[in-house]
Amino acid sequence: MKLITHNMLTSKCLKGVVTGYPLAINATDIKVKEVDFNPEFISRVIPKLDWEVLWVAADSIGHSDGLPRSLENKYDENEEFLKKAHKVLLEVEVEEGHLTCPESGRQFPISKGIPNMLLNEAEVQ
Amino acid sequence: MMKRLESIHKSTSRIIEIQGQMTERCLELLLLPEDSSCLLLDIGCGSGLSGTVLEENGHMWIGMDISSSMLDVAVERDTEGGLVLADMGEGVPFRAGCFDGAVSVSAIQWLFNADKKTHNPVKRLNKFFTTLYSSLSRSARAVFQFYPENEKQLELLTTQAMKAGFYGGVVIDYPNSAKAKKFFLVLMTGGVGPLPQALGTEEPDSLQVKYAKREATKGIRGKPIKNSKDWILEKKERRRKQGKITKPDTKYTGRKRSGRF
Repeated sequence: MKLITHNMLTSKCLKGVVTGYPLAINATDIKVKEVDFNPEFISRVIPKLDWEVLWVAADSIGHSDGLPRSLENKYDENEEFLKKAHKVLLEVEVEEGHLTCPESGRQFPISKGIPNMLLNEAEVQ
Repeated sequence: MMKRLESIHKSTSRIIEIQGQMTERCLELLLLPEDSSCLLLDIGCGSGLSGTVLEENGHMWIGMDISSSMLDVAVERDTEGGLVLADMGEGVPFRAGCFDGAVSVSAIQWLFNADKKTHNPVKRLNKFFTTLYSSLSRSARAVFQFYPENEKQLELLTTQAMKAGFYGGVVIDYPNSAKAKKFFLVLMTGGVGPLPQALGTEEPDSLQVKYAKREATKGIRGKPIKNSKDWILEKKERRRKQGKITKPDTKYTGRKRSGRF
């Protein structure tokens, strides 16, 4: 699971959950996979992110080194920064572990890099 | 044996080619700003065939699919999109306004199947469209290529989409060719806009604008929007039936007045 996916993912489809964000990450296996760097995309996507959530998520899996906790001015002109953001967003992958809903405590397993958000009948709104 | 393998290989390549073309067409219909790199949702992404096309067009995507074996293939193929195992009928599990657009190739017809006894297709469609709507950014579109079984399915789809707040309609490419005919449900979040021209047809007023036009003149409950010409004509007809004195309908009835009024 990439951190860009995690930054957008919620458990709000669960019955009784209002926002379901952010999901807490517990990772037992992490990989880094190379992805082509597209600075334009990274600059465009940063305003969509919850940057604090991204930083906390990266930190929780030991990948926050060199990543600023808050966005600086003119970050879109800072290639060093964009490359770091690119790595954290697209290249670091949680292979195994689970996500936890902050409201219900319900866990969602991550297996072979894919988070399983399937609900059982009783959980559907 | 070799001949059979060859023909299977050819038909698989053909399927891949068609999926690719349909994804390109979805992208076209999405009307994303030119030369921009967007974050797109791929609904029913499967093994990532459509996702690859999105990547080739410079976009980033997050895909959801109900089949873990298909998603495993997407991982094997080293697709670059984010992948989530999820059932679209349970809702689209993403933050409000995060996607610049959504595409879906040959997937939404699965919402009509009631795989489990407790599945209610209408409820699932509603859940899907409502949560999809909220996950899209302002003025983002969603384009679905699908194969409707019948008129009723088409109606149900568009009704549920409109209930969720979408505007739009169905574009039918090559409507006169049984083989090439393709349906695209085009949904818009930000106000009524014209539907793009369908491929393979010269008729400007054909099937493809049917649903958009209907939605432009009628509100969600199928009644004309208040103060529109249709509404005025209906109201006058009601008055006549009630026996009230009503001015006759002329070419001036319900005509737009200039700002000075």
